[in-house]
Formats: sequence, C-alpha cells, structure tokens
Amino acid sequence: MTPTALLTTSTPLGVEVAWWVSLIQALVIINLVMVTFAYLTLAERKVMARMQLRYGPNRAGPYGLLQPIADLLKLLNKESFQPAAAIDWLYILGPFLAAFTALTTFSVIPYGPGWNVGGVYIPGQVADVDIALILIFAIGSVGIYGFIVGGWASDSKYALLGSMRTCAQLVSYEVSLALSVLGVVIMAESLSLTDIVAAQDGTLWYAVPQFVGLVVFLLAGTAETARAPFDLPEAEQELVAGYHTEYGGMRFGLYSMSEYINLITLSGLCVTLFLGGWHGPGWDGAAWAGPLWFIGKLVVLLYLFIWMRTTLPRLRYDQLMRFGWKILLPVATLNAVITAVVVVAI
Amino acid sequence: MSPQPLGTLKGFAVTFRQIFRKPITQQYPEYKRPVYPRFRGRHRLWKHENGLEKCVGCSLCAAACPADCIRVVAEENTAENRVSPGERYARIYEINMSRCIFCGYCELACPFDAITLGNEFEIAEYSRDDLIYTKDMLLAEPIKRVPVASRERFDTPEPSYKTRS
Repeated sequence: MTPTALLTTSTPLGVEVAWWVSLIQALVIINLVMVTFAYLTLAERKVMARMQLRYGPNRAGPYGLLQPIADLLKLLNKESFQPAAAIDWLYILGPFLAAFTALTTFSVIPYGPGWNVGGVYIPGQVADVDIALILIFAIGSVGIYGFIVGGWASDSKYALLGSMRTCAQLVSYEVSLALSVLGVVIMAESLSLTDIVAAQDGTLWYAVPQFVGLVVFLLAGTAETARAPFDLPEAEQELVAGYHTEYGGMRFGLYSMSEYINLITLSGLCVTLFLGGWHGPGWDGAAWAGPLWFIGKLVVLLYLFIWMRTTLPRLRYDQLMRFGWKILLPVATLNAVITAVVVVAI
Repeated sequence: MSPQPLGTLKGFAVTFRQIFRKPITQQYPEYKRPVYPRFRGRHRLWKHENGLEKCVGCSLCAAACPADCIRVVAEENTAENRVSPGERYARIYEINMSRCIFCGYCELACPFDAITLGNEFEIAEYSRDDLIYTKDMLLAEPIKRVPVASRERFDTPEPSYKTRS
C-alpha cells in the first residue's frame, strides 16, 4: 500500500467522492462538533449543578441556553496577555496545535451509512481511512505536544509542572487505551472504523464480548481527556490550573475547547468501537436515522462522563500511576491476549 | 489504593438520585432572604420626635470606628439655628461605606442612640464617590427596602450584653 493510498477515500460502491462534497461535509462536521462542545459545557454545568442541588447557569437566555455564547464573547473580549519571558511562537503554537488535532480526529468517525442524494454520493464520514484507528491515536499523540509545548513555553513553574503531569498521564494511559481497543480490532479483523461498524451489524455489539475492553477504554479515556477523577493535570489545589496557567482569553478557550472536543471524539470512538456505531439496536430505521442513533449513544456516553465527574474524587498522583500501570495495563493486555486466543480457536 | 467497586457504584447512585430533588438555591435578585432583625447593614441617623437631630456631634462614633470611616465636624447650636438638643450638632457627618466593616461599634459608642445600623445591604455603587454617605442621606429613609425576619421569632427580647451586666 503506497502512502497516498492510505489517504484516498474509498466508498463501498467504488464511487469517487467529489472534493466539494468532502469540503462541505468537513465544514459542517467541524461546526457541529464545535456547537456540541459549546452545549456540552452548558450541559455539564447544568447536570453537575442538579446533582449538587443547584440550578447551574440560568441567567443568559431562557434556561441559560445562551450561556456558551456569553462565555465565548467574554473569552474573545479578553486581552490576549502573554508572559514577558514566554517563547513567542511556541506559546501561540500550543493552543493552536491542541485545537487543530482535536478537531481533526473527528473526521474519520463514521456516523451514517452514506447516502445518495440526487446522484451525489455523500459518505458516512468525512474521510474513510483504512487505518482510521491508528490515525486517531497518532493525531491524539501529536495533540499531546500542544499541551507540553504550551506549558513549557509559558515560562512558569506551575505551567511546567502541569504540562509534565499531563504528559506523564497521557503517555501512561495511552498504552492501556490502545491495548483495550486491540480486542475489537482482533474481532473485526480491521483497523478501519467503517469495517468495525459493519462487523457489529446484526450481531452483538462489541460491548458484550469486549466488556472488559469497554471498561478499560472508558477508564483510560477519562484519564486521556484529563477529566475527573483523573484530572490531575489541572488539580487546582496543587497547581494553579495546569499547563494552561499562563493562558488567558481565547487561547485558553482553545485549550478548553480541545479538551472537550477530545472528550467528544473519544465518546464517538467508543460508540463506534463498542456500541455498534450508527446502527440501532437490532433495527436501523430509515437511512437517515444513522446519525440520530449515533448522537443518541454519544449523548449517553457524555452524560456518563459528566456523572463520573460529579461522583468521584480526584486520585492522588501515585494512585493514578499505580492504577494505570498495575491494574489497567495488565487487564487490557490480558483482554487482548484472551481475545486473540479465542478468535483463533473458534 | 484499594479498589472498592461496590462503594463506587453506590456513589453513582447517590449523585443520580439528587437530580430529582429540588435545588436549594435561593435565586437572589428575585428572592431576597429576610435578614435577621439585628442584621448590621447600612447606617441610619435618627431624629427626635420634635424634629431635632439626636446626634450632638461628640465624635465618639468616629473614635470607636476601627476602620476610621466616620467623619464628624461639630458646630455650636445657636438660638437661630438649633439642630440638636445638645450644645453642639454635627455640621458634617459622613460615613465612607467603602471602608466601613459593619462592626457596629459606632452604634455602641453613641450616647444618644443617634446612629444605628439598619437592615439594608444592597449598597453597591458604580463609583467610589457614591459610597460616601452624607448626613442627609443617612437621615433620610432608605430608598431600598429589605425584608426582615419577624422580631418575635428571631430576636431575643433583651440583648445579652445588657442583661448580663
């Protein structure tokens, strides 16, 4: 396979996808993801508030529905302050890199079967890459640079400590995350997300045979997106705010956005790998229902993450490392090995 | 760390149950919680029933003030201009609300109960100058009204420092 072949988009019918279709689709998806991010922040604050017997934001617009817009305007209006000793271009590059990689990964996640509208073929995802799973992990790893570079370039001990924590945590949990996915890859015999979704059609979703994998994936994913109870990179009590201590205004907004979009992508990936992707439970409904199933499962997962954040207290740093290396990693490895043995034996 | 999966699940149940309970938030600008009868808020200066000011300009309140926010300039009462029943009256009486810590010492120091701390707490202003209250403002009825909890239920008939001595 030549390197260029990896990036061509293939369709089941062998129909070429027109470049302008992909362009429009990319624009639509990016904006949809950003809107999801905006309202995820609101939903998180609302749900968390209700779990703590509060109302949450309810002043901007009816039920606080305009709160994300108010937040955005506030961030945009802020002075983009920069520490005098910061390394200029790296300081600016950090949030850009983080946001870019976060937005890129969603392009390979399938959300529908693909549609033929008036002779124009619209694929079910922006780019159907053969090795989509590896691509996601690769881009995710590049995204870590955004966190490290930003924390290091701001010339502050808190930011540096935060970025070191982020780095250590993301690197340790990425191993478990990748291994937890391996079971699914072995069962579906493919790295393409389209194939993995197709392999779950009509049979049990991989959440059942790969239940251990799902649990490990969710736990490692929580750590990977640095959310409670694994939100050590931004433990306010110890570090001021983590790697983005010295960032303000929309640059901080970009970091915050990249974290939330990473969470959305991760949930999307979880839906794709373990929960049957855009397929309904045993019944798909109309051809246009695919995205709705996908969004429904996505919302459930995002709710789970918010729920987890309200419930669980933050781990200590040694607990985090012990949990990652001594519990998650062996379990994920065992799961992958057992899956491989079972698949070969059957 | 000893993993306790059952305890963790119990925690999830607890947080989930709270969603169906009514939030206990008091939504402030719409609902103002009644202040207790002895709440120490914005100051008032008082007059006698015959219209004379109770303040005689002795500056004891200013002396008692730990934040040094009271300024009193006294002047002699004359036959043509009788403001207070005493020898002197306060020509200028200013309280700088941006310095006041609402300790109530001025109220305790006053020999004539001329100054008391009222119940109003919404005294935020856009300018620091507006926070300097003059005598006229302190003598006038406060513009904003504050709900006060009933004195029978929330106040003792006699302050303890008076009964104990």
